[in-house]
Amino acid sequence: MDMNAIEIEGISKSYGSVQALRDISLQVRCGEIFGLIGPDGAGKTTLFRIMTTLMLPDAGRGRVSGLDIVEDFALIRRTIGYMPGRFSLYQDLTVRENLEYFATLFGTTVRDNYENIKEIYSQIEPFGDRRAGKLSGGMKQKLALCCALVHRPSVLFLDEPTTGVDAVSRKDFWNMLARIKASGVTIFVSTPYMDEAALCDRLALIRDGVIIGAGTPREIVSGFPFRLLSVKGDRMYRLLKVLRDTDGVISCFSFGDSHHLTYDPAKTDREKILGILTEAGFGGCIVKEIEPGIEDCFMWLSKR
Amino acid sequence: MKEFAASVIKEFRHIFRDRRTILIAMVMPVVQIILFGFAVSTEVNDVRVVFCGDLSDPAVRSAVDRIDNNRYLRITGRLYNPAGIASVFRRNEADAAVCFDRDFGSSIVSGRASARIIGDGSDPNTAQMITSYIRGVLQSEQTDFSVSFAGGQQMSMTPVVQLMYNPAMKSSYNFVPGVMGLILMLICSMMTAVSIVREKETGTLELLLVSPVKPLWIIVSKMIPYLALSVVNFTSILLLAHYVMEVPVNGSLLLLSVAALVFMVTSLALGLLISVISPNQRTALLICGMGLTMPVMIFSGIIFPCESMPAVLQWFSDIIPAKWFIIIVKKVMIQGDGLASVSGELAILSGMAALLLAVSIKSFRTRLQ
Repeated sequence: MDMNAIEIEGISKSYGSVQALRDISLQVRCGEIFGLIGPDGAGKTTLFRIMTTLMLPDAGRGRVSGLDIVEDFALIRRTIGYMPGRFSLYQDLTVRENLEYFATLFGTTVRDNYENIKEIYSQIEPFGDRRAGKLSGGMKQKLALCCALVHRPSVLFLDEPTTGVDAVSRKDFWNMLARIKASGVTIFVSTPYMDEAALCDRLALIRDGVIIGAGTPREIVSGFPFRLLSVKGDRMYRLLKVLRDTDGVISCFSFGDSHHLTYDPAKTDREKILGILTEAGFGGCIVKEIEPGIEDCFMWLSKR
Repeated sequence: MKEFAASVIKEFRHIFRDRRTILIAMVMPVVQIILFGFAVSTEVNDVRVVFCGDLSDPAVRSAVDRIDNNRYLRITGRLYNPAGIASVFRRNEADAAVCFDRDFGSSIVSGRASARIIGDGSDPNTAQMITSYIRGVLQSEQTDFSVSFAGGQQMSMTPVVQLMYNPAMKSSYNFVPGVMGLILMLICSMMTAVSIVREKETGTLELLLVSPVKPLWIIVSKMIPYLALSVVNFTSILLLAHYVMEVPVNGSLLLLSVAALVFMVTSLALGLLISVISPNQRTALLICGMGLTMPVMIFSGIIFPCESMPAVLQWFSDIIPAKWFIIIVKKVMIQGDGLASVSGELAILSGMAALLLAVSIKSFRTRLQ
């Protein structure tokens, strides 16, 4: 199908005098993992609430699975799964009771959809009689995901699912998302972690309620107009100062055991920089071209 | 329908897994009834009386004996000088004093004998009751005396006071309807209000709203367990009142129960309204405490009689559902009235229930604010 799972156009929302979202437009294709990347307070949760029909936008229109987010809100609520940013299950109910309750709310049963959640649920099933409030962070997140998936939604909204989860569980979680995607579900996920951006099929970068960039991770990275070098050598501190004073260098930071340097390819290149370094007495430096990351793009885009 | 049943079961689980809720919902009514029944009793019992008079005078002796033999009064001492009364009161050694004239026995024949009754006015309600008890005792002494002296009833009249429906002047007749109104209202409105607001706070309401279930059904499913709890409470209060406090149920039990159900629905609707308008549990509790508990305490007649309030406050008390329920309970339970005499109050309560439900349902949002 060529239809977009989510289409929003010109969405704006403000709380009193604070403008949370400004003229947001997005298209999410069916069956992809779409990432909304931005720092805290960028307006990610507000956008989620508007798309999941929990809030009305001040302006703009949107469709989820072809249904209008304002008029067809009751129909949308049947077809989407939503996992809010905060753990929002009943802490005093057990794992099984939570899951069964949410299955019933959507007019289905855990047994009917067991296949759909089996892979994730089997990991927490041994703790079925434990109260949700007594689970570890990673297990809570798995339970919340199960509850959001138990009614076979066609679009899954995950608001910062990996915030506050350890690195191993985060990796696990993204593996789970890949498998959910393989079953045909469109996933709209937000995260403040730039390293997770590369795992999405397509991205939108959001800052202060404005989309500052969108596309596949590769497109976003290729839109970065500068190039990056990794420079390694002796007398690192002096080296940093020399590099920063070099013509055509946009910025330079120390990054672990090397310096990451951004330069404007219109003004200089790797050979020139290497030459300047040798001239300044920094012979034997290892200078490598490196690929810019999403974070570099985000920083550049938000400064623009 | 399955969704509704699941929500009701879920709500019962919340209640039974939270010890605090159980404590408030099940234990509080019993404790309150017992507290009001025994500790906050306004009845006068075991009054300590001192007297001042000549014990060699047979008339004085007879009067003192009569006071001592009264089941509410007890002679605890004798003073030789009326001037000592103040210090006895100050040391809290007596609740009342009786002073007989020096020649009480001899002047009684000429009808000029007098006995002063002195009460402790620092607690006017109690003093009033105690002095009227003692006055009653002396009055009967006077009647007996004239009978034995003149050999027959002299020309005199004695007002005989009788309190219908409550001859023993038990305060439980007053507070049981009051406590009933208070408890049912607290359980129904406060707990419903808090339980919905709690879901707003924990974020679970967000998930419920995103589900296809009509939010209204979720709300209604929240009311069912509290309605059930209230029915249990109503029964236990009624049983306690009847078997422990010995308050009779003179009217129809069915009518009483119907009135209680109507009142519960009114309170539930009120709770729903509070939960709709308050953003967090603290606000909800504040509204319930200031807006519901206080007025009910004041206007239920537990503490102050409604009739002696300024007109403005009386008008205000008209908008409090508990007031009407308490009137019904008093009429049906104590006076034994039938449907005809409470139909007005019942209609007002039903009207309030309908209005509150309509307003709260209308203002309930299917979205976050």
